Amino acid sequence: MSLQLSYSPNYFSIDDILATQERIPCKFSVNVPKLGILNPSSDEKDLKAGTELELPLWLVQGLSTGRQPAVVPELPNVYKEGYREILKADACAVDLHKFNLYYYEFGSYVRNFDRKNNVADILLHTFTTRFRHLMDLADNTFQDPNSIQKLDMLERKLFKEANEAKIKMNAWLKNSEAPIETAAMVMNHRKRKRVNVE
Amino acid sequence: MALRYSNCRNVWRKALELIKELDRCTGTLPPYNSDLVSEVNNEIKHLIESNLEDARLDEENRSSGDVSLLPTIICRHSAIARNFRCLLAYHYNRLRCIRTMRWEFGGILPPDIKENLSQLELEWFSKYSNSLAQYMRSVGEEGINLTVNLKPPKSVHIEVRCLVDYGKYEMNNGTIVFLKKNTRHFLPRLECEELIRQGVFEHVVS
Repeated sequence: MSLQLSYSPNYFSIDDILATQERIPCKFSVNVPKLGILNPSSDEKDLKAGTELELPLWLVQGLSTGRQPAVVPELPNVYKEGYREILKADACAVDLHKFNLYYYEFGSYVRNFDRKNNVADILLHTFTTRFRHLMDLADNTFQDPNSIQKLDMLERKLFKEANEAKIKMNAWLKNSEAPIETAAMVMNHRKRKRVNVE
Repeated sequence: MALRYSNCRNVWRKALELIKELDRCTGTLPPYNSDLVSEVNNEIKHLIESNLEDARLDEENRSSGDVSLLPTIICRHSAIARNFRCLLAYHYNRLRCIRTMRWEFGGILPPDIKENLSQLELEWFSKYSNSLAQYMRSVGEEGINLTVNLKPPKSVHIEVRCLVDYGKYEMNNGTIVFLKKNTRHFLPRLECEELIRQGVFEHVVS
């Protein structure tokens, strides 16, 4: 029994909540009375049509749909043409963590704002190109923290799982008896205590 | 590249702080943040009240052709839904963690962990503990302890090393073992498993 949740974005998923907090540049197409507080560069009471702001994704989802969308979302920079070219050139060399913490998960939402479907293509391309490299890393790295620096959160998760599985597999091949281990939470609790004492 | 878009101001972010707190402490449980939870509750209440008022205003304005308040209402509504989601996720993920604790620490939690739980969470823990015990008693003729033999046993006795000064320990057959730090013992697997899970023993595999 572990704390891990199923991957697919579910309502309670912490990762999904954090990914939907990422911001998207938007232009307001109507006046929004009383919510001038959202705009840090003016003190007016109302938000005027034409204001350009970066809004968190969860807010954009509510405002950009419906019969009269209040905002027009744009693509965030890292999903634009320039960055897409970089990924097309060599996806493995890119520091995806710097692009966006939740590059894939945020991307799969951003995809909906892109009519030409370029974003969906680049997400798939990036993932398939990097996946081989990722599995290679997971199979051969043992506890080298530097190796995962360039991975985004989804890749880090996959790396961790694959790496643990590999280590367990190796242990089992060497000695098929599975040792009983201290429970993970008890271990954590111990470590914490040790820090407190020191 | 010129910065065309300025960030929107950080409003409605309190609920996210709760989620971030959980995200920072994977594998442990941070103290229950009752202050922030009630602040978020108040924020939700406040948003709902403002929306009610504006919905009424909008209804009146419609005939006179004034500016529509609808975008404002939708905006606030998204914030309400977001706050709800964060609050629910906060509590749900904490409960998952507490449930795991029942299996890893056993029926009695260490006092410093207990401190981090809210009153309601403590109640939930004891209820969960009870129903688990009740279920384990009801299976088979004499009941079955589901928290042992999590991994398939290969031998009746195993070798263990003691990691802490535990003191006297009475085994099921009545013999008393004196458990001192760094001593090795050859004991029945059944007796040791729980102590290994709780970090008193280390399983020595040659």
